[in-house]
Amino acid sequence: MVSFKSILTGAVLALGLSTAAYAEEKLKVGFIYVGPTGDFGWTYQHDQGRQAIEKELGDAVETSYVESVPEGSDAERVLTQMALSGTKLIYATSFGYMDAVQNVAAKFPDVRFEHATGYKQADNVATYSARFYEGRAVIGTIAGRMTKTNKIGYIASFPIPEVIRGINSAYIHAKRVNPDVEFKVVWVYTWFDPAKEADAATAMIEQGVDVIMQHTDSPAAMTIAEEKGIYAFGQASDMSKFGPTAQLTAIIDNWDPYYVARTKAVIDGTWTSGNTWDGMKDGMVVLAPFSDALPDDVKAEAQALADSIAAGTYHPFTGPLNKQDGSAWLADGEVADDGTLAGMGFYVEGIEGEIPN
Amino acid sequence: MDLSTINPVLLIASLMVAATPIMLAAIGELVVEKAGVLNLGVEGMMIIGAICGFAIAVETGSPLLGFIAAAAAGAVLSLLFAFLTQILLANQVASGLALTLFGLGLSALIGQSYAGIKPPPTPKIDIPLLSDIPVLGPILFGHDLMVYFAIFLIAAVWAVLKYTRLGLILRAVGENHDAAHALGYKVVRIRILAIMFGGACAGLGGAYLSLIRVPQWTEGMTAGAGWIALAIVVFASWKPWRVMLGAYLFGGVTVLQFNLQAAGVNIPVQYLSMSPYLITILVLVIMSSSKARSAMNAPAALGRIFHATH
Repeated sequence: MVSFKSILTGAVLALGLSTAAYAEEKLKVGFIYVGPTGDFGWTYQHDQGRQAIEKELGDAVETSYVESVPEGSDAERVLTQMALSGTKLIYATSFGYMDAVQNVAAKFPDVRFEHATGYKQADNVATYSARFYEGRAVIGTIAGRMTKTNKIGYIASFPIPEVIRGINSAYIHAKRVNPDVEFKVVWVYTWFDPAKEADAATAMIEQGVDVIMQHTDSPAAMTIAEEKGIYAFGQASDMSKFGPTAQLTAIIDNWDPYYVARTKAVIDGTWTSGNTWDGMKDGMVVLAPFSDALPDDVKAEAQALADSIAAGTYHPFTGPLNKQDGSAWLADGEVADDGTLAGMGFYVEGIEGEIPN
Repeated sequence: MDLSTINPVLLIASLMVAATPIMLAAIGELVVEKAGVLNLGVEGMMIIGAICGFAIAVETGSPLLGFIAAAAAGAVLSLLFAFLTQILLANQVASGLALTLFGLGLSALIGQSYAGIKPPPTPKIDIPLLSDIPVLGPILFGHDLMVYFAIFLIAAVWAVLKYTRLGLILRAVGENHDAAHALGYKVVRIRILAIMFGGACAGLGGAYLSLIRVPQWTEGMTAGAGWIALAIVVFASWKPWRVMLGAYLFGGVTVLQFNLQAAGVNIPVQYLSMSPYLITILVLVIMSSSKARSAMNAPAALGRIFHATH
């Protein structure tokens, strides 16, 4: 009887050990996306990062993803499900997942979370984002040079610091090369809704806009720009196949190196929480090739600006800069600190309109 | 703020384009509901129409064939719903929701190789003299054929429901399927045909999105338009012309608020965006306030399962 019991215990123990060993062999990595992987913008680019992990780390990892997860309580359910199914590293790739990540992370201390564009960290929650505003500075310069009507359209998603920062950076640099430039900002209150994005683009074009920038995820605006014969910039991903003549360049989010490095850190046991905010210098923000529609001097100017940002010799938010209400923000030569940028809730001087609440 | 930058003529013309997909889907759903069936799968049928129409238009180079394929695809998908609810007597709400999920998934699968492709342009009809008329020209005569087809469909459904024997039978089935059955009408057959009509209309609406309004294929591109179509049917209290009004209202609010924003008008966007839904709720409240009113509007047998032996 005793022997039978010990055999049984031994068997159970062996079974437990073997699953543990198996789990150690293959790290389960999960992704939750706010849009479909085929949006050819934001989510597409994160999924490229997921594929990069699989390619680089091969048999050491097993990745999975859930797409089109709404921000809010659904996200919490999906995250919990992932954590329960043995996923040890979860990338949550939208700002609005922030509280869901915090809640689930508190319940699963042994699961590591990586939250994109958020600002709340924990022992097992790291945040990461890219300095998209560096790219915005370059496309702002190009837009200022290329507009003939001096009206630049900006399709904005939600009034969060990330988006406001982009508008400011683009405006400052467009204004610098073209003092007559005017920004028309339209808030669509969605990250992904091709029909709405297209309608917003159409509305702007009908009001005389001839260069469009966007901070939404689908290439719908690019398609409309191509159809109406105006210019636009790709967002998150190279959208040139949607606008072969319309796209002047694109800000590409390159998550691959970060995803591979962080996943590797979990495997090696060196992962720690933290906040990563990389830009052009680190290759997290990349510009698509400039269009041939750009005159050589504009190309050179844009390239020089991109190079100086990448080299660290120029910061897109360098004073003198005032806030929209005219109050002083940055003195001459002063550079904005990351804290202010991360929580940016105001327009710079010259932008018309108010930021909705 | 500079309201003068808004061109009211262009605004109304854009509004008509924005309203067309939901108008097509809603008028189809109206016929389905008039027959006493609640099909919540509009979104799924729309997106299947969007990808099938897009794919066929790209392969053949003809937007017209694309639209025909979209209508066929929507109708075929709706047959699945018809089979579940009319033959197997499954719950209509659950089957409709399943149809939406199925349509979204299937369209993503079919559409994998169609992302980033440009569809052939759909020509706008351009009547030499008429479209040159100031103001009225661009609004009334400067559109593609589908805009007119949608309005024609509204008129046709209205006339059929009101003046023809076919309309009377359809309404009889929707109001009291037992009585219709007792009179010798094939309730199930009529309902299946109505469901297919609804599917075809939803498919057309979806194709309008992918071929004209956006024009491209992106996964999940209907982004809730099917649900808006369902809301419009209720808003319209099952009356065809009110469907048109509802579609212009729902589609118009979006276009209008974008134009106001671009013109620099400081408007509370959220309130404008939610206004059509608030009106829908209001209509529901008014309708349900008295028994007589609701009996007048909603088909009495809506959502109820029919079995001949009952």
